[in-house]
Order: sequence, then C-alpha cells, then structure tokens
Amino acid sequence: MTSRKKAALLAGAAAVALTLAGCAGGGSSGGGGGSAEAPSGDKPYIALVSKGFQHQFWQAVKEGAENKAEELGVDITFEGPASETEVDNQLTMLQSAIDKKPDAIGYAALDPEACIPLMEAAESAKIPVVQFDAGCNSDYPVSIAKTDSLGAGALAADHMAELIGEKGEVAIVGHSQINSTGVERRDGFVDQIEEKYPDIEIVDIQYGDGDHLKSADIAKAMIAAHPDLKGIYGTNEGSAIGVVNAVSELGIEEGELTVIGFDSGQAQIDAITNGLMAGAITQNPIGIGEQTVQAAFDAIEGNTPPEVIDTGYFWYDKENMEDEEIAAVLYK
Amino acid sequence: MNATPVTETPAEIKNPEPQRGGGALSFLRAQLQQSLAFATLVVLLIFFSFASNNFFTWSNISGILLSTAVIGILALGTTFVIITGGIDLSIGTGMTLAAVMTGIFLVNLQLPLVVGVLGGIATGALMGFVNGVNIAILKLPPFIATLAMMLIAQGLALVISGVRPIYFSGVTGFKNIALGTLIPGLPNAVLILFVLAIVAYLMLSKTILGRYTFAIGSNEEASRLSGVNTRKWKIMIYTVAGVFTGIAGVVIAARLDSAQPQLGVGYELQAIAAVIIGGTSLLGGRGSIMGTLIGALIMSVLINGLRIMSIQTEWQNVVVGIVILVAVFTDSLRQRRSAS
Repeated sequence: MTSRKKAALLAGAAAVALTLAGCAGGGSSGGGGGSAEAPSGDKPYIALVSKGFQHQFWQAVKEGAENKAEELGVDITFEGPASETEVDNQLTMLQSAIDKKPDAIGYAALDPEACIPLMEAAESAKIPVVQFDAGCNSDYPVSIAKTDSLGAGALAADHMAELIGEKGEVAIVGHSQINSTGVERRDGFVDQIEEKYPDIEIVDIQYGDGDHLKSADIAKAMIAAHPDLKGIYGTNEGSAIGVVNAVSELGIEEGELTVIGFDSGQAQIDAITNGLMAGAITQNPIGIGEQTVQAAFDAIEGNTPPEVIDTGYFWYDKENMEDEEIAAVLYK
Repeated sequence: MNATPVTETPAEIKNPEPQRGGGALSFLRAQLQQSLAFATLVVLLIFFSFASNNFFTWSNISGILLSTAVIGILALGTTFVIITGGIDLSIGTGMTLAAVMTGIFLVNLQLPLVVGVLGGIATGALMGFVNGVNIAILKLPPFIATLAMMLIAQGLALVISGVRPIYFSGVTGFKNIALGTLIPGLPNAVLILFVLAIVAYLMLSKTILGRYTFAIGSNEEASRLSGVNTRKWKIMIYTVAGVFTGIAGVVIAARLDSAQPQLGVGYELQAIAAVIIGGTSLLGGRGSIMGTLIGALIMSVLINGLRIMSIQTEWQNVVVGIVILVAVFTDSLRQRRSAS
C-alpha cells in the first residue's frame, strides 16, 4: 500500500468517524471567534466569555455590552465558541480570560458543571465573576442576568393554546436537548400545555440544532406525519425560521397551521409581518449585555449587584411589534 | 460471485474505462454495488411506507427530494475528488462562503441575477482551484489542504457577512432558483440536482477528465509515467468539485432566501457519507455518479422516515451511523473478495 493510499484510508476513517459526530451535533469544528485581545489601558477591563458569537442573538448581547461599556468607560472583550456544543473550547477561552487577569469576568455557561473548577480558579485569582444567560453550579459568581426560559416557554404555550382554540395537536422543533435554554424553553411549554390545556396533545418533539435547513426538513416531516397538526413551536431563531420555510414551501394557507417562534431577527420579523408566523417570544438580549457589564462594573467598584437580574421576555406579533417597548428589544 | 481475480494491469491504467475497467466482470461488480445500494433504497421506501401511512405521499416524497438537493449536489462534486483517492472537507463551509458571496453580489452590490449567481459559483470554483493547486503543486495531503480551506471559508463567510445573515427578499426571482417549479410539483432545486447528476455522469464516463479521474485514483504514479499531466488534471478535478460547491451554495441560499453565515459545518461529512454509501471507494479508482445519487437518497429517505415515525433525534443519528458502517463494510468485503 502506498503512503498516499494509507493517507486516504486514514482520511476516510476520520471522515466516517466525524460524520457520526457531525450528524449528532449538527457539527462544528474549528476555533471560536470574537474579539479577544486584552486591551491595555487604565480603564477597568471586563472579559466576557459567551456561549457563541455567530448568532444574531449573541451579536445583540455583544452590542448591549459594548454600549454599556462605552457609557461606563470600561474596556470589554467578547468572545465565544463557534457553536453551542463546544463546551471544551469555551472552557479554554474562560481559562485564558482568567489568565489575562481582568478586573472582572462575565460568563455564560455552556455546561453548568464543567465550569466549576474554573470558577474556583477565578476565585483564587480574586477576579469577580458575573454571569449571563446561563449559570454555573458554583457559589462564587455574584450575579446573573438572564431570561426566565421556563416562563418564556409557558408564555409561548399560552399563546399557542389561544390561537388554536385550546384543542388539537401541536409539535415542537427544538434547537437543543442538552443546553439549558433548549431544555427550559421546551419544558416550560410542555408543562404549561399539560397542566392547563388537557385537550392539546404534543405529538412530536424533534431537534434541528438551530440549523435552518435541517429544521425545515424536520417540520415538513412532522406535517406529513401528522396531517391534523394545528401548530408548531420553534424554540430559537433557526428552528423557527426552519418551520416558516417548511410552511411556505408546502404552500399551507394562512391560519391552517399556527407557527410560534422565539427571539427575533429580520426573517422572523418578516414572517410575522406577512402572516406566516403568528408571533414569537423575544428576550431582551441587548438588556442582557447591558446588565452584565453593569453588574461587572458594580462588582469592580465594590458594590453588590443583584443576585438575579431578570431581563424579561415578551410576546410579540403583528399587533404590538411597533410598540416602543417591543421594538426596543427586537434585533434585525 | 467474483471469484476471478481482477488485477490492475498497466494496459488498464492507460485506458481506464470507468465502470468497465476489467471487462464484463468488473462491469458486473459495479452494477452489483449499485444494485445493492438501489435495493437498500427500495427496501427503505417499502419499510417506511408500511410503517407510516403518511410516508409515501407526493408532498413527502417531494420533501425528501428537496432535502436531498443540497447534500446531493455537494456529493456529486466530491465523487470526482474521492475517485482520485483524495478528499474534500471544504465543501460544507465553502458552500456557505459561496452563498454569502452570492448575497454580496446580489444584495450589497445589486448586480443582475445571472451575474450574482455566476459569481457565487465562481467563488466555489476559485476555492476548488486553490485546493487543487495546494494539493497538486504544493503536494499538501488533500485532507490537510481542504481542512485548512474549510476553516478559511468558514472564517471568511463570517467576516464578509459581518456575522449577519444576508436576506434576498428584495431580489426578484432568486428564491425561484430553488423553489420555483419548472416541472409542476417538482421544486427546481431537485431538477438542478438531477440535471447536474446527468452532467456529472457524462463528465465522468464520456470525457477525458473522467478517464483521468479514474486513472489518477487507480495509480497516480503510473498515470504520470505514461504521460498524463496529473498535476493539471488534479487541479481541474478539484475545480470541478468547487463548481458543484458553488452551485450548492446558490441553491441553499435560494431555498432559505438568505445566506446564513454560520451554517455549513458538517454538511461535507454528510456529502462524503452519501458518496461512500453509493459505493465509491475512499482508496480511489472506483465509483459512480449513480451510486452517489442513490447514496444521497438513502441518507435523506432514512432521516425523513425516522422523523415521520417520530423516532427520537438521538436515535436517528445512531441509525444513520450504523447504515454508514454497514455500507462501508459490505463494500470492503466485496473488495477483499474480488482481490483474493
């Protein structure tokens, strides 16, 4: 066997192994991103380690953080792994953030347990930690700015029930069965339906990793498998847009299938405007960014920020999309 | 079945006929692999039809075909590369970069539709060309060269788009590239897949490029010694794969009516899996376009069927993984048998 063929064989074996991983996770490899060089200056420096940076949601969090940083006169960096499955990469980022000895760290945990040793490391380096979006199971961090995802899921369920007349079959296209937002937005919805709406049946829950294309194909299969389906709930931007694509590709008429989404972004706003989507739950990502930097700043100044900062969630649809309160938290 | 040894003789290498290499026997062998894959596909279709009343409906079949389009187009291009004994890991994120560039051309620069689409395809071709040069001239192993390109394309897609999706809502007719129906009831993306499959089949079986693809995969050194400019042809072959990547980029952008810069990672592995299930050998020298098309269909029928049956996502992955293992195993079994 020539060395080229050996290499090909090796490559093949790796490719097949990776395929399994790829199928499993929606796949992702490669490093993370964001802006991570520690700035040198006299201003206080806050290192933010996020769950990601590519999705519009994280870009909005980053925007909020940057606005607040400018207002308070602090320097920040914002980085996160390429995908929300890269728990190990994120820990590496957190470790280097600690090594840079910032004045404070803002952290959104991808995994609530894996981060514990690093929280201890931050504690011994005497760097205060504030959290955002999802917390670590450690007592060290002083504060967390986040959305109550269970409540947000329940709100989605209430609107779904109202829109379909409190009876019939519904399904969920989730974005993750592992990370806390995916789990809680689903559970909040499921629990609320089971508790309050006995005539609604959740016939299927599947996961598309927030991939638009995969989520569209999942939604189409669901619609094919359950001809009487009344509604589908997509638990994040990519999932919800996937469902919208499925509905528009199948040419389902307005009102026959109720689609409820999560978060915003141009595509969801358009879908709501043109009636393909009934409405969606939005969080306040810019607020999350602002509150995280504010809490970190408080901690640096020796003040105690609130332990839990609920940044809120809202239902929005065609009717209230233009309202000042709603328009302020939607991102495009 | 294949007791007679079929060895590669120099004569064969000089004149490597794609699926007829060693005469009637190897033709039969190639047919067998295809019919194995084809039989698998038929069995799956029958099984899911019995498992669920809602599987064998035109709406669902058309959904399956549409979900095959992007991976299928990527797989067609990769088939050429894999037959040369190479690999192309850059097609997933390369597709995304092509989609983003299409968005830049059509939305940001407001170029005419045809120019924008050709620009997107050219982006793919350029990446393929660079892969080819890195592999053929700089002698980088294909795995490494295309792994690097995968990361470069992923990064560039994010940088160029400003980490934001680009929406084509203002570009008239763009969405129709994937979702229009020139043939009533059949989305254009599926039509593109089938037309490209025919083009790829003709290129592989009727052109000199196809011949040299097999020749390089069978024995690159012998091909070179017998006067084939293997460098030039390898660059050509990777460029062809790049063109298919570019087309896939346009199709996915048209289907989603947007260029999503964070998509694409993992798509290359699904495409490679489709090629392998279709009987193309990772060692090079053997493979077919028909097989790849069937391989891609097997993947999407399997995934769709499991979804229709509401099998948990976690288990869907396990089943797909097992199918890949079985496909590659039966293939290697057959190889060993024919070699002994």
